[in-house]
Amino acid sequence: MHELSICSSIADIARRRADGRTISVINVRVGQLRQIVPDTLVYCWTLISEETPLAGSRIVVESVPARIRCRSCEHTADLGDLPSFACAACGGIDVEIVAGEEFLITSLELADEGAGS
Amino acid sequence: MGRFHRHDDGTVHAHDDEDGHAHGEDHSGYQTGAERVEVLERIFGENDKTAAANRAAFAASGVRAVNLMSSPGAGKTTLLRETLSRLAGQVRIGIIEGDIETSLDADRLAGLGAAVTLINTGNGFGGECHLDAPMVASALPRLPLAQLDLVLIENVGNLVCPAEFDVGQDARAMVYAITEGEEKPLKYPVMFRSCELVVVNKMDLLPYLDFDLDAFAGNLRKVNPAAEVLYVSARTGEGVGAWCDWLRARL
Repeated sequence: MHELSICSSIADIARRRADGRTISVINVRVGQLRQIVPDTLVYCWTLISEETPLAGSRIVVESVPARIRCRSCEHTADLGDLPSFACAACGGIDVEIVAGEEFLITSLELADEGAGS
Repeated sequence: MGRFHRHDDGTVHAHDDEDGHAHGEDHSGYQTGAERVEVLERIFGENDKTAAANRAAFAASGVRAVNLMSSPGAGKTTLLRETLSRLAGQVRIGIIEGDIETSLDADRLAGLGAAVTLINTGNGFGGECHLDAPMVASALPRLPLAQLDLVLIENVGNLVCPAEFDVGQDARAMVYAITEGEEKPLKYPVMFRSCELVVVNKMDLLPYLDFDLDAFAGNLRKVNPAAEVLYVSARTGEGVGAWCDWLRARL
């Protein structure tokens, strides 16, 4: 629902890191607990980037499943689709989220200029 | 531009040979000069920097800030009206009112002794569904922070996006109405998990609804076992005292 404003943030970071070079792909890592819909993100990117120097670049989303670790029994497991943050092994509720909250640009793939030769 | 190549799905792009292909294809021997730039930068980094500045601005004035979230119609504004009436003369309150359009809620909060400032988020592309840290930063100069004890940030009614954005609050609380159904914590776990306090509102309607309070409490425990829960009716005032005590305890 907020993918448009997120795309603006992505564009700011991408522009700064590309430093004038042409970007072909923006690789983004999104945890399951981030309420981002990958298809919507990709679609909003076309809206945000069109008629800018970023036009023609693509966002590629890498999804990360949510994992929780129980502080009592150390059992670690994927959260799955039904969100229960209690430990599946011992029922403990003192758990930490060890994966699934990521939301970052991992890398940019540049088109061609200045690289190689 | 020979470094570009076309994939079977029609997409065209370029990349170098060392970083491997995310597409599981074999391009071995394909020479491209494209470069990969490692970034590893958090997308909310700018927002979070501004949120930290907001937090520092509140702290510098000795103000505590509570980010109040809910779905549309859960009763945030009614609860705030009741809160302002009860805390008038005891706690100096400022309100940052977030709404996509209209000043209707801000108008309802006027004349109750609080400094109220409105953020309409509808200026953006399609209207923002949440408050973010820069929006709250833009509202701060309109509040007399030095003369306040508490700022209540009434977020845009929405159970998804507001949970994602740190605005510089000291605590997050949400208003949940029993008319929303018992399953909401499971459907919106990020929101319910983000809050220290869940104010369960519209308790005066309990006799008229097929609402299973224990099932709701169980669902909430699954996603946020540490949350405090208060049962109130903003309309009748029942339980609002405990909410005011919770606010006072934060000061």
